[in-house]
Amino acid sequence: MSVKLNVNQKPVQVDAAGDTPLLWVLREHLDLVGPKYGCGIGVCGACTVLVEGHPTRSCITPVSVVAGSSITTVEGLSADGSHPVQKAWGELDVPQCGYCQSGQMMSAAALLDRTPKPTDDEIDTAMNGNLCRCGTYPRIREAIHRAAGQLMPALRD
Amino acid sequence: MRVNRRHFLQLTALAGGGMALRLYETPTSRRFASAQGAPRPSGLSPRAFVRVTADGKVVIEAKNPEIGQGIRTMLPMLIAEELDVEWSQVQVEQASLDESTYGPQFAGGSMATPINWEPLRHVGAAGRQLMIAAAAARWGVPEAQCSTQAGRVLHAATERSLGYGELAEDAAKLPLPDQATLHMKDPKEYRIIGKFTTGVDNPALLTGKPLFGIDVKVPGMLHAVYQKCPVFAGKVKSANLDQIKGMSGIRDAFIVEGSVRSSAVVDSDPGLEPGIAIVAETWWQAQAARKVLKVEWDVAAGSPTAATQSSEAFAEKAQQMLKEPPGHTLRSYGDVDGTFKSAAKVVEAEYAYPFLSHGAMEPQNTTAHVHDGKVEIWTTSQAPGGGRRLVAKELGIAESNITVHLTRTGGGFGRRLMNDYMVEAAWISRAVNAPVKLVWSREDDFAHDAYRPAGWHGMKAALDAQGKVTAWRQHLVTFGDGAHAAPSAGIGAEEFPSGRVPNYFIGHTAMPLWLRTGPMRAPGANAIAFVGQSFLDEVAHAAGRDPLDLQLELLAATPVPMPAGEENPQRGPEEYRFHPDRLAGVLRQVAEESNWRSRKRAPGTGMGIAAYSCHLGYSAQVAEVTVDADNRVRVNKVWVVTDVGRQIINPSGARAQVEGAVVEAMSHTMLEVTLAGGRVEQTNFAQYPLMRMRQIPEIHVSWRITPNSPTGLGEPALPPAIPAICNAIYAATGKRVRTLPLKRSGFSLA
Repeated sequence: MSVKLNVNQKPVQVDAAGDTPLLWVLREHLDLVGPKYGCGIGVCGACTVLVEGHPTRSCITPVSVVAGSSITTVEGLSADGSHPVQKAWGELDVPQCGYCQSGQMMSAAALLDRTPKPTDDEIDTAMNGNLCRCGTYPRIREAIHRAAGQLMPALRD
Repeated sequence: MRVNRRHFLQLTALAGGGMALRLYETPTSRRFASAQGAPRPSGLSPRAFVRVTADGKVVIEAKNPEIGQGIRTMLPMLIAEELDVEWSQVQVEQASLDESTYGPQFAGGSMATPINWEPLRHVGAAGRQLMIAAAAARWGVPEAQCSTQAGRVLHAATERSLGYGELAEDAAKLPLPDQATLHMKDPKEYRIIGKFTTGVDNPALLTGKPLFGIDVKVPGMLHAVYQKCPVFAGKVKSANLDQIKGMSGIRDAFIVEGSVRSSAVVDSDPGLEPGIAIVAETWWQAQAARKVLKVEWDVAAGSPTAATQSSEAFAEKAQQMLKEPPGHTLRSYGDVDGTFKSAAKVVEAEYAYPFLSHGAMEPQNTTAHVHDGKVEIWTTSQAPGGGRRLVAKELGIAESNITVHLTRTGGGFGRRLMNDYMVEAAWISRAVNAPVKLVWSREDDFAHDAYRPAGWHGMKAALDAQGKVTAWRQHLVTFGDGAHAAPSAGIGAEEFPSGRVPNYFIGHTAMPLWLRTGPMRAPGANAIAFVGQSFLDEVAHAAGRDPLDLQLELLAATPVPMPAGEENPQRGPEEYRFHPDRLAGVLRQVAEESNWRSRKRAPGTGMGIAAYSCHLGYSAQVAEVTVDADNRVRVNKVWVVTDVGRQIINPSGARAQVEGAVVEAMSHTMLEVTLAGGRVEQTNFAQYPLMRMRQIPEIHVSWRITPNSPTGLGEPALPPAIPAICNAIYAATGKRVRTLPLKRSGFSLA
């Protein structure tokens, strides 16, 4: 079937079975490979994207469900790494293997969009769905604090 | 092109007036030659590659697989420092697999630092010397009057300077510097080494650019999944392939007979496992077809007992074996049995730990294109050279016809030292005559790992009236065949406190296993340190002594040497042998930093200490935990002191390795892989609870700087974290953790 989406503020149309997970539509039909496949069951968070500003596990979200929705991937935070979350991640050298970091950054961006100055507890709660096998959590938390309070480009438009 | 083998240099003029420098046919010193013989494969030689273009651009090849250890950043830093360029001038490119040019290209054993520290700095220094020689000739001044700074050669007396780009064409024509006379920087002059340096891939990584194996895209590429038997090496009897082939997007579905070598102990790379390949236009189509796939398996095809294996049965058998004398003696000296009979006190305990899965976030994958008798591969392997050999063998194609590109890798942890996915991808590509990207599902990854082996240890120590350890006995029940342990399932004759107590015995008993085992970050040590350092804590408490004091006393003991001819032949040079003073040094420092001597806490909170040396590094750790009424353990803080020699090369990456090691160690205390009916029961992260952010303690990382050559950090900081936490649980509760995961000892991590 043909599905219309709004991805990173651009309207797109893809031809995929309606039950195809959004993750694989992004990766295989739209060449947006920032969102990653980690578990396929929504427990690791590597595939996290924003749907209408809400962190969403794209690996278990059928594309038909988000037809017409506004979707933001890590590529949509900024193409040049200038989003405060991307900048903080870079300055603190957060990534080790880096595979989970696109999902981590999307959860962090959504948190900061709603809670500009989160506490450690708020960060832990917001980030609980994102696994990092390398153990970059201390730096992720620090990076969120660093990005906190800076002007966020609107994630919902 | 000029080749000068005497100097082990190769200099090439580049089109447009640049120069390329390729260095070191052989190891630059005997020290590194023998270091390679230590924990990792031997016969490897270090080299590197630098290009300076006429416009002043400096391109440095990163030779090793990047699996998250930061090597793609760290190794080029070594070259850039001695070349004396600005780090911002440097563009890093990933080298493809070519070990005859670059030397060893693997990520394992924490060996990249010791292997490359000296040779790669020589690469940079030789390049710098060529630039000076070119400038001196151009100006007609002595080389000694020239200096370098930020990619330029300076002549102070005449205030002239030339950029490396302007000199590259001349430099390419010069005779090569003699390695013996290379000028190396005084560490005080370092401007790159020792500075917090962020990952070279970060800009691409943080904007979602394709970097990883799973992101590879080549023209005409198809996508594959590979369904294997849930019991290792089981074969396909029949499957509904016609139905699969009729599904949308499916290009092919076929049975792969496979060829797993049958042996008492499964090899690291045992061959091509049988299975069913499904090839489709997209990966999701191939994956979705598996829901419809029905396979009848011959589960006993690999081994008649394969499907009867279970964790419970192994544990029962191990309990019996621990009651019997060990089947194989690793080391025995003194009068162990006699000492136990006359001891003032005897401490005895059994320890156990489970199988573990690596669980790297990026599932195994490889893209392969077999065409015209040649193979091109893009892979996430940690040991791509081994993978190429395996592909060559299984496909019957000469290694020289196999090109391997190294992608960034979403975590290795040892799993990708095995190369099964590489062979599978190549096999499937040849079968469908198209480029194929094979991506395992997460379920494939859990079902077909080379697992960290489970183990059971019988521990016994004798104490005299003064609380000194007079005898120590360790019996490991493991998997294997007689004296031969399965991969990563053995223990050494020199396991601590071997040689540091007057009477000592260590041996193992091996039982058969039809399952792949393999190295997992700090292999051996990640399990054995838990046993040895927990039991030592137990012995110290039985003796009424501070475990720190007891360990320092053992480290200071005059060693009982190994019998002549039985020393570990792979121990390498003196500097790389076990130095008890270095372990004592990190112990003392961590005790000081954690205020260990004032460790009394409120009830329910306690501190534990542990130390271990592996992979040429030394790490000591203190953990503080609080245990609630429901036996939920909160790790509050972990202090880590590590000695990896005189220079921390990239403080960011180094610290990251320690932080990651502590977090991973915490996961080890919670995780297990269990077998039932020959199948692994855990299928996804939902049953394998890796640490989450809320569980992470404060991690205090510091270094003990010693005059030794720098060594690696991928592994040494992991092993002591587990016993430090378990010993802290004892301090908090009086209950000893002797079986992992914690839930099998009545605890959980909060």
